[in-house]
Amino acid sequence: MSTQTTDIRPAPRADGDALLAVRDLTVEFGARKDPFRAVDGVSFDVRPGQIVGLVGESGCGKSVTSLAIMGLLPKRGNRISGSAVFEGTDLISLSDKQMRDRRGRDVAMIFQDPLSSLNPVIPLGIQVTEVMERHRGLKRKQAMPEARDLLEKVGIPDPNRRLKDYPHQLSGGMRQRALIAMALACQPRLLIADEPTTALDVTIQAQILTLLTDLVRDSGTALIMITHDLGVVAGMCDEVNVLYAGRIVERAARHDLFADPRHPYTYGLLGSIPRLDSPRGQRLNPVPGSVADNLPWTSACAFAPRCSQPIAQCREQSPELVETDPGLDGPRLLRCFNPITKETS
Amino acid sequence: MAAMNLNRKKQRVDELAATTGARVEGNVDAGGIKDAEGVSLLASAWRRLRRNPAFLIGAVVVVLFVLVALFAPVLTGHDPSTRYLIGEVSQQNNPVPKARPGFPLGGDPVGRDLYARLVFGARNTLLVAVLATLTGFVGGLILGSLAGAFGGWVDSVVMRVVDIMLSLPSLLLAFSIAALFGRASQWSVILAVGIAQIPIFARLLRGAMMAQRHSDHVLAARSLGVKPGSIVLRHMLPNSLSPVLVQATMVVATSIIDAAALSYIGAGNADDTQPEWGQMLGQAQNLIDSYPHLAVYPAICIIVVALGFTLMGESLREALDPKSRR
Ligand SMILES: Nc1ncnc2c1ncn2[C@@H]1O[C@H](COP(=O)(O)OP(=O)(O)O)[C@@H](O)[C@H]1O
Ligand SMILES: [Mg+2]
Repeated sequence: MSTQTTDIRPAPRADGDALLAVRDLTVEFGARKDPFRAVDGVSFDVRPGQIVGLVGESGCGKSVTSLAIMGLLPKRGNRISGSAVFEGTDLISLSDKQMRDRRGRDVAMIFQDPLSSLNPVIPLGIQVTEVMERHRGLKRKQAMPEARDLLEKVGIPDPNRRLKDYPHQLSGGMRQRALIAMALACQPRLLIADEPTTALDVTIQAQILTLLTDLVRDSGTALIMITHDLGVVAGMCDEVNVLYAGRIVERAARHDLFADPRHPYTYGLLGSIPRLDSPRGQRLNPVPGSVADNLPWTSACAFAPRCSQPIAQCREQSPELVETDPGLDGPRLLRCFNPITKETS
Repeated sequence: MAAMNLNRKKQRVDELAATTGARVEGNVDAGGIKDAEGVSLLASAWRRLRRNPAFLIGAVVVVLFVLVALFAPVLTGHDPSTRYLIGEVSQQNNPVPKARPGFPLGGDPVGRDLYARLVFGARNTLLVAVLATLTGFVGGLILGSLAGAFGGWVDSVVMRVVDIMLSLPSLLLAFSIAALFGRASQWSVILAVGIAQIPIFARLLRGAMMAQRHSDHVLAARSLGVKPGSIVLRHMLPNSLSPVLVQATMVVATSIIDAAALSYIGAGNADDTQPEWGQMLGQAQNLIDSYPHLAVYPAICIIVVALGFTLMGESLREALDPKSRR
């Protein structure tokens, strides 16, 4: 099997192919003497038009990663190192003003909570046109018809009336659609979606995910999809990065990750996805423990205390992220001394 | 003592400021269940207000007061500055005319219609209170937005000054400012009372703006590249105003009382052709032993109206405070 896959494996990509190349991104909070590393040497690529997943439990550093790339972390109280090269420019080293000119135009972001992400006192139309006025020099009058079309495109019924509505007059799903419209108003090449459906009803979640996938596929926008829910990733991502305690522990193409998870953490996450064929009322078996009982990565594997199959080495040495035998659809990176194999699983 | 007073004031103001802004703190990744009430915070506040007797009483008093002020000429046929009963005052050794047909409350010591003066007094009282509140509001708006928008050393400097002002009782501050004006007039009273209210508004607005700075919708606007100026003016400021409006309601009451107090200690407007309740009260103090009613009427008006504004403001504050919601 592995001899076959070697042939299919794409040639290692040069950084030049990537729309966004994140390298060694590290974010520390707190005092210099006693820092807390929320993101710890994260590297990944996003190619044009690609959908890349960033998956992990709450608190593993997903939002901080995206905020660091967007230049949206607070100015004080944190230290960022590493780089995020977007179309040849390192976003991390840009000045406030330069980054401001790119946000909304080249890279955009949508957030978890559509209710509080809209300004409660401004009608929707003005919020949508604001970004067009800002980056494309349009007057509000000129931008309004386009805003209308945009709302229609994201599936908001009766857009003419909605333009005059205030956020509280819209349902949660409609608000997230509006926020997607705003993020895509200037046709950015990269969109970061940070848990865009977490605050929504299950039925609405699927609609929003479909919409998002369709929109980025149509426009060729690359998407970083952030979620704690592997089920969300399953339907849409080309490549998935699994994050644990600020570090990537496994990266693989979607099918490879789902069909053949190697990291015990990934395996555990997969086990906690509800399945249609599981008996009703059966308890899901999520990964026991929580990120809070981390060991630091410095001298051990941070996942070891929760791991289903730790070996002595896991408690003495910190594993590196290394390329292992590739999957069917692409290369695979793994940070584990004792990975899951087909036999153990 | 002064320090305790300052801390109490600060705490009150800060709690009010916290009724706006950053709703989501920390991680809500797993939860996803949202406060359904959040959908229309104002609507739910209104629902609670409608059933609150304190608010209703306050609102009725305030509305009546404003109506009297607006329609003063309809409520009395007399002019407040004409000395209708001057003949009686100069003839007799009893200087204050008694009640009689057409003069339900009698006259004042120079023969003017006391009832007409009270009715017209509502006008100037309202004018002084509203303009003083506006002065405090605008001053506080400028200082508070500066501090809240820029943060850093601008914030430190502005708030240090504001805290020093806040540590003085507002009346003492108003009196000191009034003393700076050579001759007292209606305008000096308005300015003195208004400036004394600036620190409260400033601290309040700054607190509300700080909360807005870390709110989700400000982050979302920043993620679209919206410029700092627009962030402050379109996204932070309009959302910071509700606690300020609540405070303004209560400051109207304080202004009425402070203006009266200034008159009482002789720093008020000396020109009494256009009466004002505080001024009437101040002038009545010489005759308070023989003619207490001259002081009692304006005093009652002041107390009732100030109470009305305070009741309304307090119930608004409670209604908007998330802690009191259930
Ligand atoms: N501004 C901040 N100051 C200090 N710690 C923070 C800050 N923002 C996030 N963190 C911490 O960083 C870690 C990662 O947070 P986050 O990226 O929000 O997690 P998630 O993967 O759920 O999005 C958490 O432990 C969080 O408490
Ligand atoms: Mg998050």
